[in-house]
Amino acid sequence: MRSANQIERRRQRRRRRRRRILSSGLYNTVMAASTADSWSWFPALALGVSFLKCLMINSYHSTDFEVHRNWLAITHSLPVSKWYHESTSEWTLDYPPLFAWFEYGLSHVAQHFDKKMLVVQNLGYASPATVLFQRLSVIATDVVFIYAVRECCRSVREEKGSKDLLVRPYFILAALLLWNYGLLIVDHIHFQYNGFLCGILLLSVARHLQVGNFITFPFEQGRHLEGAFLFAVLLNLKHIYLYIAPAYGIFLLRSYCFTKDNTDGSVRWSSLSLVRLIALGSIVISVCALSFGPFIAMGQLPQVLSRLFPFKRGLCHAYWAPNIWALYNVVDKALSVLGLRLKLLANLPKASMTGGLVQEFQHSVLPSVSPSATLICTLVSILPAVLSIWRCPRGARGFLRCLVVCALCSFMFGWHVHEKAILMAILPLSVLAVESREDAGIFLMLATTGHYSLFPLLFTATEMPTKVLLILLFTLYSFTSLKKLFRGFLLNTLEVTYLLGLIAVEIICEVVYPLLPWKQTLPFVTLLAKSVYCSLGVSYSFIRLYLSILRPTDKPKEL
Amino acid sequence: MLHRAGKPPMFGDYEAQRHWQEITYNLPVHEWYFNTTDNNLNYWGLDYPPLTAYHSLLCGHVASLINPDWVELHTSQGFESSAHKLFMRATVLIADLLMYVPAVVLYCFYLSEGSNRKKVCLVLCILLYPGLILIDYGHFQYNSISLGLALWGVLGLGLGWDMLGSLAFVLAVNYKQMELYHSLPFFCYLLGKCFKQGMAGRGLFLLVKIAVTVLVTFTLCWLPFLTDPGQVLQVLHRLFPVGRGLFEDKVANTWCSLNVLIKIKTILSTDTQLYLSLAATLLAALPSSIKLLTKPTLWQFKLALVNSSLAFFLFSFQVHEKSILLPALPVCLLLGDLPLPAVWFLQASTFSMLPLFLKDGLFVPYAVTSSAFVFYSVYLLSALEHSSEEELQLKSLSLLPFLSQSPGQFYLSVAAMAGLSFMSVALAPPARLPDLFPLLVSVFSFLHFLGLLLYFNVVQIAEPPSPRRKNPKKTE
Repeated sequence: MRSANQIERRRQRRRRRRRRILSSGLYNTVMAASTADSWSWFPALALGVSFLKCLMINSYHSTDFEVHRNWLAITHSLPVSKWYHESTSEWTLDYPPLFAWFEYGLSHVAQHFDKKMLVVQNLGYASPATVLFQRLSVIATDVVFIYAVRECCRSVREEKGSKDLLVRPYFILAALLLWNYGLLIVDHIHFQYNGFLCGILLLSVARHLQVGNFITFPFEQGRHLEGAFLFAVLLNLKHIYLYIAPAYGIFLLRSYCFTKDNTDGSVRWSSLSLVRLIALGSIVISVCALSFGPFIAMGQLPQVLSRLFPFKRGLCHAYWAPNIWALYNVVDKALSVLGLRLKLLANLPKASMTGGLVQEFQHSVLPSVSPSATLICTLVSILPAVLSIWRCPRGARGFLRCLVVCALCSFMFGWHVHEKAILMAILPLSVLAVESREDAGIFLMLATTGHYSLFPLLFTATEMPTKVLLILLFTLYSFTSLKKLFRGFLLNTLEVTYLLGLIAVEIICEVVYPLLPWKQTLPFVTLLAKSVYCSLGVSYSFIRLYLSILRPTDKPKEL
Repeated sequence: MLHRAGKPPMFGDYEAQRHWQEITYNLPVHEWYFNTTDNNLNYWGLDYPPLTAYHSLLCGHVASLINPDWVELHTSQGFESSAHKLFMRATVLIADLLMYVPAVVLYCFYLSEGSNRKKVCLVLCILLYPGLILIDYGHFQYNSISLGLALWGVLGLGLGWDMLGSLAFVLAVNYKQMELYHSLPFFCYLLGKCFKQGMAGRGLFLLVKIAVTVLVTFTLCWLPFLTDPGQVLQVLHRLFPVGRGLFEDKVANTWCSLNVLIKIKTILSTDTQLYLSLAATLLAALPSSIKLLTKPTLWQFKLALVNSSLAFFLFSFQVHEKSILLPALPVCLLLGDLPLPAVWFLQASTFSMLPLFLKDGLFVPYAVTSSAFVFYSVYLLSALEHSSEEELQLKSLSLLPFLSQSPGQFYLSVAAMAGLSFMSVALAPPARLPDLFPLLVSVFSFLHFLGLLLYFNVVQIAEPPSPRRKNPKKTE
């Protein structure tokens, strides 16, 4: 009895509070304040995943481990002028200068673990202390990611407030981001620092989302500059984020530098705020100057740039990322086989497309693709999306959508794309997924397909249970939680069939195919099948997301 | 569950389990426990009861289907490959998923109280217990089978299915003889129940039914060995190797700790040691057994399981550090009722196995799982908030002031454990005392165990469960 009374009283109190908030017309934006008292679940969620990461310390690690060890050694033992000239190891420094400085900072901690890892000549050095240090450095720098997730969760919009914590959008978002399958296996098994980098990206996004939320964040204009600053830093840490720079540039120019719109929503040219433009420009330029300045002063800029953009690599990575080019290659292969059968073609050069190390190869029937062609494709594909947020800006949400589209464009059309790059789209898309039903459907398609396409990264038998259990955990959670959040199915029958097909592909490739006689003669078929099948799903999500940004009627509500 | 996919290195017990697969797969039953040309008992000879041997036989058949090299007689000794590791780890995982996990889930949902959310939290905490994870998945053993069977026994008794419960428990004993630590409470509970129903009528009938179940199960398990009395004696001799001394290595029990002050092992003869330990064990287990006999309820039964198995661990002969898992299982069952002491005990029990983990190179998993366990059990069960209330069951008992545990003391003790752990791994012991850290670890955990044994005894004898904790499913 007593407990029923208490519940009733609590409900009344909550209703009263809600009425007060609604009457002030700010209900959507105050959400962060009204739930600020119950954030104790967040450390539990974040610590849990950190514990899990620690248990993966002894797992398999890829050559990226040696790449980063080599960079630690280079930055620690050589003067700055030699950083981009050193080539003892084949894994030369090919990230921008700020990342080199980041490694330099890490190396000062590393020397307390094992000094031998800091010697450039110690190729392939991986003592237990080295492994421990490198793994812990990834786990520790993930603090940035955890903080960014918290900031993103605070800026999530919510419509109904009186629900169970487990179906609150910000809780689901935190779980989807912190426990993201891709980050777990790419960072903590395969070995990279994506958590740290994506943390900066998400933090920058969160800063833009928080503008307008003026109860909790009073200094709104400063937030845009902070977001821009963070993105400039990010660009100087890893230049792959250049692909999403158009979204940033257009959004900041259109929505920050131009302060007023015409009545029909088009830009009012006279409202350009020079102060804002200069502030923005000076922030970006000073970050870049800090990063590249010393190398320009030493006259090494061409050398640095040649390291950053190695166009000598092939169109596709050793394992084809599931994008347009994977489909293109397969069509080419099919046509050439068909042509030979039908005696339409004679004497084609034998092209081995994914033979171990990265290499160039010629297409047999279709025209070969050059780096500049991929660049043009990427730019052309980005253009409509960017134009749409110029013509009718839809606030920070529209910007975020554009950012995801840009990331996906680069993934679909880029030169030498890694399968890992899909994370650049999946993580920001999670934020949109907990706010709109349609995006949730796209997210489920893209995340499941994209995550599955990471499977070939971990090929050792011992990692098999880990990768399967983790992907099941993440996928099941994302399906059930988003379904609960939006109260209904998010995918149609065709989409569900396609996703179930992933299981069939995995079973055929890993169980059935090794028993067949072609295993010896055609060992690449399994990888090829996986990447082609996944590229269908990724392309589908890409097109749906693109349509959502171009559709004028479906305007997300403004903040 | 994911913690269980860790891949630490493996030592003796891994090879022992593989060797048993080789022996049981290749040799006829009557040679399993005998020293023959094909079966060198000095090389990881089989020293567990028949059910373990049958399990090895089953695994051996599966192994030979996958790769016959894994269980080839003689030539496979010391075999290790990543595929084989995966297979062996998978057998543990499967055993765990089949025996232990369902028992834990059923226990939490049928025999513990509170909201559904609390039950889920309880399941998570019990499954997170680091000791079992590290021993089964790191060190390599199949404790989840014997403990799982014992838990099925508790479930059976708790739900009133005495026959099934005793069947499960007999299977547990026949999987691992160490399950005898739990046998006194099972015996006393069932006997007490029979007495309660009247020895003249229904009680006697129940007693006969249970006795028949136990005897038939035992007979079935031992059937291949019953052809020859020599076989039975040899198996028993393998199961209880009396000659191995009062204790080995550093164990957090009375004898090893006492050894710091008095060198018992050298003063007393082996026989005297045996009798002394037997007397001490029975004496320590007596109060809780008598109490249970007079009042056979589930609450008393759970506490008696803790008290009896802890008494065995602390005082009996030839105890391994891993045997702390036996008291840890019933303590897990108390997590919902007495959160603080239970978490404290479980943490101390994991800590007491630290020297073993260090030997196996499991320090990082140990540190991670222990911190995770302490953090999540405190967070999920809010163990420390409850401690000030009547949950500690000691309100009326001011006669034992040192038992009034508080969160402050708990944190202090956990900090001390963390400190000792890091010292063990980071500092080199002084040259004169090479065993300093293992000894400190075992004495420190021993003090915890002794204190908690007293505490759980006091709770059992003095305090009937408060009315709201009474389970409707408890036996009438």
